[in-house]
Amino acid sequence: MTFKRKLVSAAILALAAGAANAQISGNEVKIGVLNDQSGTYADLAGPGSTLAAKMAVEDSKAILKGMKVEVISADHQNKPDVGSAIARKWYDSEGVDVIVDVPTSSVALAVNQITKEKGKAFLVSGAASSDLTGKACSPNTIHWTYDTWELANGTGSAIVKTGGKSWFFLTADYAFGHALERDTSAVVVKEGGKVVGAVRHPFPTSDFSSFLLQAQASKAQIIGLANAGADTTNAIKQAAEFGIVKGGQNIAGMLVFLTDVHALGLATAQGLIFTTSWYWDMNDPSRAWAKRFAAANGGKYPTMIQAGVYSSVLHYLKAVTAIKSDDGTKVIAEMKKLPTDDPLFGKGMVRADGRKVHNGYLVEVKKPSESKSPYDYYKIRTTIPADQAFRPMSEGGCSLVK
Amino acid sequence: MSEIFGVPIQVLFGQLLIGLINGAFYAMLSLGLAVIFGLLNIINFTHGAQYMMGAFAAYFLLNKLGLNYWWALVIAPLAVGASGMVAERLMLSRLYKLDHLYGLLLTFGLALVIQGIFRNEFGSAGLPYAMPGQLSGARNLGFMFLPNYRGWVIVASLLVCFGTWFVIERTKLGAYLRAATENPAMVQSFGINVPRMVTLTYGFGVGLAGFAGVMAAPIYQVNPLMGADTIIVVFAVVVIGGMGSIMGAILTGFGLGVIEGLTKVFYPEASNTVIFVIMAIVLMIRPQGLFGSR
Repeated sequence: MTFKRKLVSAAILALAAGAANAQISGNEVKIGVLNDQSGTYADLAGPGSTLAAKMAVEDSKAILKGMKVEVISADHQNKPDVGSAIARKWYDSEGVDVIVDVPTSSVALAVNQITKEKGKAFLVSGAASSDLTGKACSPNTIHWTYDTWELANGTGSAIVKTGGKSWFFLTADYAFGHALERDTSAVVVKEGGKVVGAVRHPFPTSDFSSFLLQAQASKAQIIGLANAGADTTNAIKQAAEFGIVKGGQNIAGMLVFLTDVHALGLATAQGLIFTTSWYWDMNDPSRAWAKRFAAANGGKYPTMIQAGVYSSVLHYLKAVTAIKSDDGTKVIAEMKKLPTDDPLFGKGMVRADGRKVHNGYLVEVKKPSESKSPYDYYKIRTTIPADQAFRPMSEGGCSLVK
Repeated sequence: MSEIFGVPIQVLFGQLLIGLINGAFYAMLSLGLAVIFGLLNIINFTHGAQYMMGAFAAYFLLNKLGLNYWWALVIAPLAVGASGMVAERLMLSRLYKLDHLYGLLLTFGLALVIQGIFRNEFGSAGLPYAMPGQLSGARNLGFMFLPNYRGWVIVASLLVCFGTWFVIERTKLGAYLRAATENPAMVQSFGINVPRMVTLTYGFGVGLAGFAGVMAAPIYQVNPLMGADTIIVVFAVVVIGGMGSIMGAILTGFGLGVIEGLTKVFYPEASNTVIFVIMAIVLMIRPQGLFGSR
């Protein structure tokens, strides 16, 4: 056979193979859960998110009608280079159709770019940076659970309105911390407060004493923690030690998860006010799901990130079965068209810029005496309606919005 | 108020003190490493995991047995030290005749296994450990607010560090130990049980890590990864101070704590790299470390 003929026959073969699997690539839908499986963020996402994705697949059996769905997971170690390498390998050689979760904004922004190049699908639950639906928005990405704008507006404006006018930030020194500090500062200034300073700490940090002293010296009324996970809990614990609250300053944890409150214990965490997109003890379907989740997760209750993974995978599979295709760009378009409805987040929708919208909740951590059962930690103070919880599309600067 | 490079002098004093407190942990941990390396020639990568085990031991003593912090300060180092001795007898003792690399690989592997088990059982978010009542609260020093507990950390670690130095450099027992490193066969011929002494020394070094773990529990979360984060810095401290030098480990521990503390004021972004920069410079100028002789 000449080279040319070889080429032609190869092309024909490829076409034939393509035709056989025109709709679902590899005859199965492959979901890759990419997150921190072993480090600082492993409890708030980690293996729990993989479990949530598997539960979503199980609960979609009725609509899947025998279609094969596989869930795999990997550890990105909170490093953009590691996360990018896994994403490329998954898309290029392992037939992964959609990547879900991806906490750590720096990694999520990298995976966002790769997913767009490859025409796959990306459902973000764990990462926070509002840039994912702003200047970095993509037709292949949906930002599901929460973002820095939501946290900043929910918590920031509530605190400024109750008199916390001057702020000092302790910021995790990477994409997420910077976005959270930026979004919160904007809210503080808009509501008539002022930002007197900020210090950027390495991620992760275990000793905050030096940064807390700087915050103390700033005399700001509010010390805003633009960090997450163990960084937040260590900062809160050590702030108590240095008498920061006794000295008249208050701590605002901008991003606090159920697992953080659990790690701090209610005695230390009581009275903290922050914004969350979901809490397990809000309604019967959420409670039922959380109990099922906890039973399979060593008794640990789900965070909003894990709930978001479940909810986003459910909706993804709905869209895949509706158009009978797992082509990333098409599925994401379909997910935006279909209204969302699931037991945890209720009814909602996905906007053109990729933002999933639902209610936000301003919660307060209970006193130890108020907590009646395991993980009974939050009181809901205010419900922020879906249309106000997230940044208006016109302000995000997303190129998909005309 | 007078200022140095735009930082009020009072703030600077506060940061110096904070640096000393962090340095106290570096000193306690690097001291254990130096003792183990000096006498056993083992680069003990399990040290971070053993530090973490000390903190967990304190947590269990409090929550399962109701024994408070002060009991933990005594029992946890003994328990962690004992676990170290078992590991030394069963595994490490078989590697003394081989290259350093084997000991390093074994202890590194052990550290990963121990951390993995704890992470599986307790998750990565950590567990709370309350400050002992007698040491909670803080006093106003005029230039800063010093939590009583942190003051205690400096005092206790100074006592432990210089106590260890004294025993090894100034007592008969220490003389035996040092002699056994130089020439084990000779010391053995004088009727001293060298293998037992080596086991006890390893136990002691590991116990120091456990002690530091208990000291750390009320400040940080009791977290399976707490050792992994710290141990890398501590190794840098040992390298800067000079492998095997007891006094070197102590002084470098405190000194680098202070340098790191100051970096947090002037350029916080670099605070977790400054120690490695210093390490690189020291290795270029004085490869044996500041206090090392080999």
